[in-house]
Amino acid sequence: MIHHSWGHPSAALWLLLGILPFILLCFYLLAAVRLRRTTRWSLWRLASFTVGTLVLAASVLPPLADWAHHDLRGHMLQHLCLGMFGPLGLVFGAPGSLLLRSVSAQRARGIMTILRIRPVRLLIHPVTAAFLDIGGMYLLYLTPFYALSMANSLLFVLLHLHFVLSGYLFTWSVAGPDPAPHRPPRSVRLLVIFLATAAHAILGKLMYGYGYPHGTAASLAEIQAAAQWMYYGGDIAEFCIIIGFFAAWFRQRSTLPDALVDKSPQAR
Amino acid sequence: MTHAKPCLKPDLKRSLRAAVPLGIGLMAAVDEIIFHQILAWHHFFDWGTPALSLFSDGLLHSGELIFFMLGFFMFIDLRSRKRLDLTAAWAGFILGLGAFQLFDGIVDHKLLRLHQIRYVDNLWLYDLVWNAFGLLFIAAGIFLYRHARGRAS
Repeated sequence: MIHHSWGHPSAALWLLLGILPFILLCFYLLAAVRLRRTTRWSLWRLASFTVGTLVLAASVLPPLADWAHHDLRGHMLQHLCLGMFGPLGLVFGAPGSLLLRSVSAQRARGIMTILRIRPVRLLIHPVTAAFLDIGGMYLLYLTPFYALSMANSLLFVLLHLHFVLSGYLFTWSVAGPDPAPHRPPRSVRLLVIFLATAAHAILGKLMYGYGYPHGTAASLAEIQAAAQWMYYGGDIAEFCIIIGFFAAWFRQRSTLPDALVDKSPQAR
Repeated sequence: MTHAKPCLKPDLKRSLRAAVPLGIGLMAAVDEIIFHQILAWHHFFDWGTPALSLFSDGLLHSGELIFFMLGFFMFIDLRSRKRLDLTAAWAGFILGLGAFQLFDGIVDHKLLRLHQIRYVDNLWLYDLVWNAFGLLFIAAGIFLYRHARGRAS
């Protein structure tokens, strides 16, 4: 039932998540090279964005994509790459900062104005982003939605697109180096990271314990293996987000003199 | 910009505080790798676990990851400011090891009943050894910190 319609969604996915990111990477490289002639642009950022693109492309290529289609473990690996590791690379490549520095000041202001519009502001708030990202996973795995998306090509493509977009949105909103207007304070963002990491771990255990997602051909052992991959793989990705969050915070702190940082009476 | 630093003393309290989460994080990792993965004494999921405990376990797990990273960056920060006292940091590290061990032994295993150390008859013996080691680490940490303070003053 699935296989005769299989050719199309994989081709569409390849176009959207394999080719399109590569085109964006070309623009990124062009802009970075141009910028580096006059000013600094970290090679780490460049490497990060490139790796993110490669991770996305690798996860929609036939070996993994085919495996993902008939094995839940393959799907989970693909999900981790598309929703967590790929976006992680892209976000820490700081494409937004690169864009803002490459266009004219007037256009850069225009871009920031768009991000200030109320609906957009609401969308890029960490809480909304976490609900879209982690909440979407609860919806996917704990309801019949997963079985449905495997049978319907359009849903299948949209689902994988959602993984990437919501993963990017979440990573950017809580820990991304790119500027965001009206970004909530660090305490709020850390709280969101804390709750989202917990929610991800809890979902992994629920899937393991109660055999979610239901309604697939996967055996319980396969589901349990997939759930553990999600749990530990998610840990690694969330750990990277936490590193990014604290690295930015402490880098900013390190520019302050000791007297402003130290609050304890011992400090001189 | 250079600052005149007439009396740059190592900050014992902050050295201690920075290393505690590192100890907690390391012990959590040891617990995860040795007892869950290698020995497989613990279960990844126990069907006897109440739903609320599953929820709180997720929060604890998430908190561990964040505290570990916070400790790591506090440690690096202190070191780059040359305010780190290594003895106090070791004390904090060992204190963290013991704190996690004891917390895991009493709250996770007994109060939340997430899982037991090993699914055998003489479980009390395992619990005793587990928690005794936790207490031992905590005592060693306190001892070391007092030593560091005595030396500094």
